[in-house]
Amino acid sequence: MFKKSLSLKKVVEQIIEYLIKWCGIISIILVIFIFIFLFQEGVSIFKNNSPLSFILGKQWYPLSKPPIFGILPLILGSLMVTIGAAIIALPIGVASAIFIAEVAKGRIKEVFKVGIEFLAAIPSVVIGFVGIIVVAPIIQKTFNLPTGLTAFTGSLLLSLMAMPTIVSIAEDAITSVPNRYREAALALGATHWQTIWRVVLKSALPGITAACMLGLGRVIGETMAVMMVTGNAAKIPHGLFEPVRTLTATIAAEMGETIQGSDHYFALFAIGLVLFVIAFIINFLADFFLHRERI
Amino acid sequence: MKKSFTIIWFLGLFLFSCSNCGKNHQISTLIQIKGSDTMVNLVQAWAENFMKKNPSLSVAITGGGSGTGIAALLNNTCHVTMSSRKIEGEELELAKSKKINPKEFIVGLDGIAVIVHPSNPLDKLTFKQISDVFTGKIINWKDLGGKEGKIMVISREVNSGTYHYFKEHVLGKENEYTENALLLISSQAVADEIAQNPNAIGYYGMGYLSPNQKPLAIAKDANSSFVTPTFENVKNSTYHISRPLFFYTNGKPQGVVKKFIDFILSDEGQRIVKEINFVPIR
Repeated sequence: MFKKSLSLKKVVEQIIEYLIKWCGIISIILVIFIFIFLFQEGVSIFKNNSPLSFILGKQWYPLSKPPIFGILPLILGSLMVTIGAAIIALPIGVASAIFIAEVAKGRIKEVFKVGIEFLAAIPSVVIGFVGIIVVAPIIQKTFNLPTGLTAFTGSLLLSLMAMPTIVSIAEDAITSVPNRYREAALALGATHWQTIWRVVLKSALPGITAACMLGLGRVIGETMAVMMVTGNAAKIPHGLFEPVRTLTATIAAEMGETIQGSDHYFALFAIGLVLFVIAFIINFLADFFLHRERI
Repeated sequence: MKKSFTIIWFLGLFLFSCSNCGKNHQISTLIQIKGSDTMVNLVQAWAENFMKKNPSLSVAITGGGSGTGIAALLNNTCHVTMSSRKIEGEELELAKSKKINPKEFIVGLDGIAVIVHPSNPLDKLTFKQISDVFTGKIINWKDLGGKEGKIMVISREVNSGTYHYFKEHVLGKENEYTENALLLISSQAVADEIAQNPNAIGYYGMGYLSPNQKPLAIAKDANSSFVTPTFENVKNSTYHISRPLFFYTNGKPQGVVKKFIDFILSDEGQRIVKEINFVPIR
């Protein structure tokens, strides 16, 4: 009787392992399928337009006769908004993470942690709405611009969205630095800040870098908020305070009206492909940093 | 504990799959309308009145632009399309290839107002001046007789029937909007931006006129008279940027869809058109 229950347990073990293995495999298969679908639809645009003229073309007029498909302004728009968000969110995010992990104690630590999570819970549409109504006019008046709908406004809002990701993951990375590092530094006479700056941060750097890349990955894929506040002008921006148009907003705004099978339809899928590749590279880099050996 | 969890999980799955079972019954009581943002408020008002009179029926209305609505009709994902522009030749050909037969109804008239911020000293422009502004040939307000300042061109997105109509009839078929134009996602967004930007100029359907924006009087050329976008001027065709508003169905409408269309074309439906600041067809 003892033997019977042992082999039954073995079988149950195997089934469970099999099931969870397949759950993992299905996730990977889904990603591959999405990529294949994007690739199939997107690559059809390159029958009549060379990939170079698509990626480097400076004008996006998909509905002219003949249509012009050049996504350089869109790529630059997305990059500009993302880099702007990075410049704002990275320092503030990492600093917040250091505060929560190293300086805050007890009650204050909990309050801050919960507060940052709240930020993550706000839907992006709501942030975009607040952006149009409140933030854009303020920016227009403060910087004396022709309009408040600019890349800068977009960057501001996106940094709000990236911060929870950056803070959570960076805080995890800092907390997992072994205590003996800190104790050794303090024993050698370092102050608290010297310990943080020279020992803890250096040790947590791979994790912090991963946090930043994941935050940016979220930012580059953000659609609704940027569509509402960046003005959607498809031209090459000459500064952060000009209206821009992102890859994501283009797909969202124009996909509804395209006729399936038209060149415009394929062009939008090609944009999706470009976005997929960019996001994939960012996430791959994040993963690479996360798994590097800690110094 | 584990057992009850499994039961709950399966129950949830079962209920979820059942939620689609009633779908086929719904077609006879739910009318799906998609399309023009310009017409969304008007069709919403019609729908509310219609649903009050017919409590067992529902009308679902989605904006997205005239182009979106026509695409939905061609993909068979709606019963009625509302459009602020006529269906185009390519779309008709595609419809034929998909065995869809769009039937057109004119359900109202609309003027497109060209508006600026209330503090803007300008009151009137000619077609050519408007075209030059929106195509980017004129970039400073002082070239039009106003104060010094860079003109901020506000437009709708490419999905919009208003975008297409304005492009064809005011800019001229061969011209494109300037690449500096801000393409905003709805007429309300256009209204909001103009209300807070003294340098902006834009266009939207007359139904969106409010004290927060100032409409300009338009003349066909320097020798014609300048006409303001009012109800009477659209009705008697003296205001030149006006267009019919369309409904499209796949083939002749039947059942509840026919009931709805009969309602909106009736005197009561057209009275509602006037209340929403559009122009009735008679």
